[in-house]
Formats: sequence, structure tokens, C-alpha cells
Amino acid sequence: MSESLLSTPRTPPRFSATFDPYTISQIHRAAATGIYDIRGGGAKRAVPHFDDLLFLGASMSRYPLEGYREKCGTDVILGNRFASKPIKLKTPVTIAGMSFGALSGPAKEALGRGASAVGTSTTTGDGGMTPEERGHSQTLVYQYLPSRYGMNPDDLRRADAIEVVVGQGAKPGGGGMLLGQKISARVAGMRCLPEGIDQRSACRHPDWTGPDDLEIKIGELREITDWEKPIYVKIGGSRPYYDTALAAKAGADVVVVDGMQGGTAATQEVFIENVGIPTLACIHQAAQALQDLGLHRKVQLIVSGGIRTGADVAKALALGADAVAIGTAALIALGDNDPLLEEEYRKLGTTAGAYDDWQEGRDPAGITTQDPELAARLDPVKAGHRLANYLSVLTLEAQAIARACGKSHVHNLEPEDLVALTIEAAAMARVPLAGTDWIPGVPGRGL
Amino acid sequence: MPVVDLATVSIRDLNRALHNLPENTNETGWTICNPGGRHSIAAGVDAPIDIEIDGHVGYYCAGMNKHAEITINGNAGVGLAENMMSGIVRVKGDASQAAGATGQGGLLVIEGNASARCGISMKGIEIVVKGSIGPMSAFMAQAGSLVVLGDAGEALGDSIYEARLFVRGEVKSLGSDCEEKVIGDEERTILSGLLGRAGIDVSVDGFRLYGSARRLYHFHIDNAY
Repeated sequence: MSESLLSTPRTPPRFSATFDPYTISQIHRAAATGIYDIRGGGAKRAVPHFDDLLFLGASMSRYPLEGYREKCGTDVILGNRFASKPIKLKTPVTIAGMSFGALSGPAKEALGRGASAVGTSTTTGDGGMTPEERGHSQTLVYQYLPSRYGMNPDDLRRADAIEVVVGQGAKPGGGGMLLGQKISARVAGMRCLPEGIDQRSACRHPDWTGPDDLEIKIGELREITDWEKPIYVKIGGSRPYYDTALAAKAGADVVVVDGMQGGTAATQEVFIENVGIPTLACIHQAAQALQDLGLHRKVQLIVSGGIRTGADVAKALALGADAVAIGTAALIALGDNDPLLEEEYRKLGTTAGAYDDWQEGRDPAGITTQDPELAARLDPVKAGHRLANYLSVLTLEAQAIARACGKSHVHNLEPEDLVALTIEAAAMARVPLAGTDWIPGVPGRGL
Repeated sequence: MPVVDLATVSIRDLNRALHNLPENTNETGWTICNPGGRHSIAAGVDAPIDIEIDGHVGYYCAGMNKHAEITINGNAGVGLAENMMSGIVRVKGDASQAAGATGQGGLLVIEGNASARCGISMKGIEIVVKGSIGPMSAFMAQAGSLVVLGDAGEALGDSIYEARLFVRGEVKSLGSDCEEKVIGDEERTILSGLLGRAGIDVSVDGFRLYGSARRLYHFHIDNAY
């Protein structure tokens, strides 16, 4: 190359914003395999989230509570609308539904141990209830899913609550998926499936369609359990106002709304990233639906999808939730994506912090696997202790914020305590843009 | 033996009484009159008793039944004997959608016709239909047997797993991954036994068997049709 060419200023290689390197890798992968990409977890794209909200805290017009000594309650009762035995939890942070099958036996046991240690609930998943899970969970919510894998009246009666799953945030409109690597003999037996097949379960309930039928279905479940158990209805975040209203009208004691950051054990990447709406966009609409029906705080609202910190918990409660549920964060607390396992993650072609191939069953942390050797790596006692610690921190953090806002109970947090950092977050959460009174879309709250 | 008149007794009181029966109860023969199409009649029974219902029932009659033998002298609404575990449920008339849905055991006999989605997601239940069944029946049927003396509607056995579907009449169409199978001695014995238990005296000859082609059991690009 001539000296003149070398000395000519050159632009660096420029990647397309449309065809960025990740998109190009997706196209190459699709062209090579002919099948869509499947992974675990929730939406990874950046969407408006709790980080886009801030608490105002007490000042001249608000009186804070002393941060370490004054009482700030965190207890919550779920299901006191119709159930004769509602659930009483010490913290509003619950564990979301995750199946035995998607998770290893030790992982399910650890979730039960951790949740029970702090007085909260855990939840079964698409695969039935295991004796270990029931045994280690002080309060266990039993999911009633379209597949009805493992469903039976004995477990229904052994449960502390029933959650009718209509959808989940990672894939509203989609059914469950569990690939053959994880359909072990025990998992297959519980689900009445051939061992080793790629299980794709139903996306619709087999014996009811629409909210009018759901009301009758809920009636049946109440009859079978003698009206003792709270009945939740879980919806994926898509049309939260109407879905919440219809679930409440159908007779739900509790409505669970799961935003698109909520995780899954396995689903198509294109589904996870492109169907459903952010958690932040769900909460106000769901709470508003209950308020419009005169049922807010009578039908409890649980929000899930991307809850990570006590601040997230507090923000969800301030926007109208009665409790939150965590899934992905709970798995991380157990040991998922631990940097100590970096060498093994690299062998799987990934890195700690990005591992999401939960569908493959090769989880080095022993959590999202049915491989007995890998599963044995997870000590359910130690992992349960880690989860209990994490849940305690979430609760303490939420209390700290509530006290700063002058609240003697975390449920006294309210939208008025919040502002938004972005116009999008302000519009979704229906709180003012920080430093203004402007709530986009609300008449009379203009600039 | 108890007679419960649903014109004066609530469903809640009926089901509570049925659920509270002690083991080895002497009250083993129940008659329920004036059901009036009410929902969830005799749902969640877990006792080896006989229940006779004189009239039509609504949704989810005999839901999740265990051990009981329940006879309906009338028609049944949606989800008859859904998720039944064991026992026998017999409807003398017709059954609406999703009869025997997700049933895990026991025998369901429908002496009339059954509507759409009969045996949907069945997981071990045995269903015998004297008449015909509607579309999308045995959708994702996992285990057990469905016997139909009449015809079957569209998309029979769509995405079926390991259930056996015996049909004597016409099948309007088969669903994805459902195909006709050769009936062997084992299947003939199963069919004969089911017909006998249902109290139906017809030859096993003339039935055709349908089951899974097992082409959807694993992800493959060629399955995307």
C-alpha cells in the first residue's frame, strides 16, 4: 500500500443500525438451522421500566418516618374476597410459578425453603405439584394451566391457593414449552407424556373459552375445594385494563399481571421480544380497572416481570399493586448466572450474565436442568438461604423507601409519591414527568 | 338413601355433603332431582358411591370425580367429567363441548352424541360415545381410549400423543399428526373390553383405529406445515 493511501484519513467500519451485528447473527443462525431460536428468560430489549421512576420522598409537605425504628408494615392478605382461608404473608414479595421440569428438584426445594423462611408463598408450574415442593413450601400456590399436566383434586386441596393461568408476560397467547432434554422419566410421568419429546403444551384452556365460562370454571374449582382456597387469575401483559376487569368479574380473588420482562423456561426469542407490553405499562391500567369496579384492595393485584430490587417492589406497590412476584431474580439469587461459573458458561458458548439457554438442560448452576449430576450441584439448603436473604433485602429496601415517603405500611405508598424520568414512563405509569405536573394523556395535566 | 332436591338445596350444600362423607359410609346411593342445568353438580366427589341425577346438568358435572359412579338421566353441559380420575360417569342423553377433557382415569359413557372437543387433552380416561362426536375431538390427547360408534367431526386427534381413537362411522378429517393405524389383537381386546364395560353389544369389526404419527414429537423444520 502506498504511503499516501496509508496517510489518508479513513472512517472506521460502520455497522448498520437496522442490520446490526446481533441481527446479522440471527439471520445467519436461522439460515443455518431452519428453526426459530428458543431460549429462556424474559424480554432483553430495553423498555420503559421501574428505573424510569423516582420517589419524591418526604420534605416540607410530607413527614418522614424514622428510617430504622419506626414501624413500617409489609404484611399482606391475599384472597379475602371469597375464600374462607385467605393467604397471609409477611412480605409482599412472592415467588412466581416455575415448574418442576423447567427447574430441577433441588431448585424447587430451594425456592420453597427460601420463601418459607421469610413468610411468603411459592408457586408450582406447568407440570404439577411434587411432594418435595409441597413439603418445603409453607404457602404453596397451585397453578391451573391449559395443559392440566399432573392436575388432580388431591393436590388442589393440598394447595393454599389456586392460580388459573390464562397467560404469562413472556408469551401472552402462547403455551408452555419444554424440550426433550428436560423430559426425564419423572417429568414425563408427571405430565403423562412420552419421555424425551419436545413438549409444546396448549395455549388455551381445554374446557372453557372466554370470561363467562371462566366464571363457571372458577365456581367449579371453588366447589371442589369447598370455597376455602383463594383463586388467582394470571394474565400476560397485553390488554391489562380489560383482562383485569374480566378476571375480577369472573370471580377472581387475586389478579396476577405479568409484564413482558417476566421470564419463561423456554419460548421462541421472537415471541419473547415482540409480544406483550412492559410491566410498567400494565400496572396503572390493571389498578385502574379494579378501581373502576370498586374492587381495588378487595381483589388483590400481584405484579410480576422484571422485579429486581426493593425499589421496584415499592414502585409497583405505589402504582397500585398489593404484592409482586419474582421469578428470574429468584433464580439468580439461587445461583443462576453466577460469575464463579464463568468457565463453564464459556464452554456453552455464553458468559455469566447472559446465559439464557435454560431450555437445553445444561445449566452449570444445577437450576434449569433435569440432569441428575448437574442438579446435584445445587444445595437446596444453601440456595434457599440465599433466596431468603435476597427476599429480606427486597423487603427492607421497600420499607426504607416507604418510610422516606412517610408511610407506616408499604401499601400506603401511592402514585403521588412517584415521578417519571421520561415522557414514555410518565405516560405508562400515569405519574408526572419529574419537575413538572405533566402526565401525558391525562386531561388537565398539561405543561 | 339420600334424595337431594336441587329446587330447594343449593349446589354448595349438595357438594359439601358429598365431600364430607366418611369412609365406609352407608349412604352409598344418592338421587339428585331437579338439577335444572345447574353447574358443578357432584364436582370433586371422592367416594365409592352411586349418584343418579334425574334431569339435565350444566357445566362441569362430575368434575374431577374419584371412585363415584354417576349417572345422568338427561343431557350434560360443557366439561362433563372434566379431569376425572376414576369411577364411572354415564350420561343418557347428549354431552356438550369438552366432555371428558383432560380426564386421567375412569370411564365416561355418553349414550347420545358429544359436541366439539370430546376427550380434549385426555390423559388416561376411557370414553365411549354411542353417537357421534364434534370437531377437534381428542385434540392433544395424551393417553387413554376414545370409542365412537357414530361419526367424528373435523380435525380428529389433532396433535395427538399416545391416546387410541376407535371410530366406527365416518371421520370428516384428521388433525395434524393423526393417522389411521392397524388394529392388532391388543387393540381389539381393549376395544372389546371398553364396549363391554359400557354395556354396548356390537362387534369390534368395523371400527378403525387412529393414533399419533409422532411427526410432531420433536422440533424439525419439516414439521412447519
